[in-house]
Amino acid sequence: MSELLTRTFLTAVISGGLLAGIPLMFTALGETISERAGVLNIGLEGMMLVGAYVGFVGAYYSDSFWLGFLAGIGGGALASVFMVVLCVRLGLDQIVVGIAITLAGEGITSVLQDAQFGKSYPRLGAPSTLAIPGLSSIPVVGKSLFEQPLIVYLGIAAVALTSWVFRKTNAGLNLRAAGEKPEALDAAGVSVLATRSYAALCTGALAGLGGAYLSIVGAGTFTPFMTQGQGFMAIVIAMLARGKPLWVVCGSFLFGISLSIATALQLAGINVSTDVVNMLPFLAIMVALVAFARRSYLAPALAIPYVRGAR
Amino acid sequence: MTDVTTETALSPETRVPTERGMPPRRGVTDALDVVVRSIGPVVLALAAGAILLLALGRDPIAFYSNVWKGGIQLTAWQDSAMRAAPLLLIAAGLTVVFRANIWNLGYNGQFLLGAALVSGLGPSLVGDTARWTALVVLFLVAGAAGAAWTLVPALLKARYETNEIITTLMMSFIGVGIANILIKGPFQDTSVNIPQTRVLPLDKMLPAIPGTRIHVGVLVAVAAVLIVHFVLTRTSFGLRLQVLGANPRAARHMGVKVPRLIVMSFLVSGLLIGMAAATDILGIWGYVRANWNPAYGDTVIPFVFLARLNALAVVPFVAFYAVLSTGGDLATQQANLPTDFLLVLVALILLFMTVIEYLGRRRSLGASYLTPGLEQALRHSRRRRKTSR
Repeated sequence: MSELLTRTFLTAVISGGLLAGIPLMFTALGETISERAGVLNIGLEGMMLVGAYVGFVGAYYSDSFWLGFLAGIGGGALASVFMVVLCVRLGLDQIVVGIAITLAGEGITSVLQDAQFGKSYPRLGAPSTLAIPGLSSIPVVGKSLFEQPLIVYLGIAAVALTSWVFRKTNAGLNLRAAGEKPEALDAAGVSVLATRSYAALCTGALAGLGGAYLSIVGAGTFTPFMTQGQGFMAIVIAMLARGKPLWVVCGSFLFGISLSIATALQLAGINVSTDVVNMLPFLAIMVALVAFARRSYLAPALAIPYVRGAR
Repeated sequence: MTDVTTETALSPETRVPTERGMPPRRGVTDALDVVVRSIGPVVLALAAGAILLLALGRDPIAFYSNVWKGGIQLTAWQDSAMRAAPLLLIAAGLTVVFRANIWNLGYNGQFLLGAALVSGLGPSLVGDTARWTALVVLFLVAGAAGAAWTLVPALLKARYETNEIITTLMMSFIGVGIANILIKGPFQDTSVNIPQTRVLPLDKMLPAIPGTRIHVGVLVAVAAVLIVHFVLTRTSFGLRLQVLGANPRAARHMGVKVPRLIVMSFLVSGLLIGMAAATDILGIWGYVRANWNPAYGDTVIPFVFLARLNALAVVPFVAFYAVLSTGGDLATQQANLPTDFLLVLVALILLFMTVIEYLGRRRSLGASYLTPGLEQALRHSRRRRKTSR
């Protein structure tokens, strides 16, 4: 009996953590890219919501999850175009524009959802999963870890790819230079604005994908304000990961598990208030910050618009 | 370059605007400039909102006349005034920290903790003590809760320069969680099925201003705004805050105890935000339901910037938004839209604001809500940040 209990509990924790962690991972990965390039994106919440809405609508009408994800990517990127034009190109305040994007994303998706579906919330079916042969037959954890929709594996691959791009390629070097010392990048003959624009677009696309995952795979439907602060969590994860994509994965799953552990505990018959559990990751990070006073690493030129020749 | 930095921040150019809180006027064109930059975004956003309404198949004229009807006509303006009270206090609190270039984004947690404590302690307190004593104590409790909730981010920033955007956001999530735990736990009214606190008796809440339905919390809010404006523009504390915001190194050169000033500004900000919760609960609601989060701060931020971090100039903007949101309840309901449509309008205001800023001064680096001297200094401080690491 108790073995069964732990098994259901573990399965619920792992699959729930993955389910909640993947959108965070995509979004935080996006934030990492733009933070490295020196663009602070406070509008993630709005971009996620736009991605979630557009992705859901795409998947709902096309009957294809992949088109849904693509639509989500497009929606998020579209939302980040505002960021690119206003903050990167025109050099306006990134925090103000970010807040505007969040507010607009919340308002527009809620209005559109209402206009389109009213009070009915149509649902999508469950996505097909891909089991990794061998690994998925590991007892207890195998099925929950290694039998996932294809997009999850692609997401992990994207993290590895980003990590590699950061460390080994010219593009990654340019990106980091744009955040560390944009003048140097400019002097080397690479456009700071272009580098940052691409980074901000990537961020929007990834946040949109995260939102689309949330609505298509996670909930199977779109409800207004469904991100519930996950965009801000992603910012925190990205800042604490200090620009390292692999840490982003760890942070996201830690947050994901804490988001889902309440349900798992309820399955195991232990009733813990969701409020307590949802607070835990934040509490842990605050305690760590107080205890070790470790500075979260931020690019020196973060949130500072680059204007050629300005002093 | 560092010498230049110090000089700029301390030059008379910097001090003149701090006395006014606005750029020194140089005739009609400047006044016009201020009008265009402040009112322009609002007008443009309303126009764009009208186009959006048309696109959604609604009648924009009916929508805006409903806003007028629900927000101003007859006695509706009194509801708007009451809605403005917490918004004004939050705006004042944000102005204080934003002037110091500190991002206190934890307002939701600070507000809800204050609200939970007021509504949880309120019913028993007003029963035991005299009405005014109880009300004053509740205001102080809420203010203290809000201030206490900024303490950790403040100390971390003051001592270790930990980024306050992260810490205040995290403390905000924790604060919202604790508020919910309190409401569902010790403060819960067990006689009702829905998790909520006990309801304050109507005759124990903030009394109305004679002749109106407006509770006196509105006066508290206006007084707070006036005091904040005075302190920011007429005292050395205000000047030090502004110099700190423009250029921390210059502030140190001036002999400002920077860590202490950071903590002080955080505490004042939290205090005002906590008191905003007290006015709202003691003036209008009388209780708090679990998971209630009005997120006033999110909608106030645009107006704090539109007012160019001037506490007094915030008042008309907040009044405008209070009318828009009070009347918007009726208007969105009549137009069969979710009230979240108002968020779109606020976002449009913000976007148009930034665009107009850009068109107005192409080289202002997006910081032109600052006074000219400070902007100059800030530009140097940004350079410093870039070079010194």
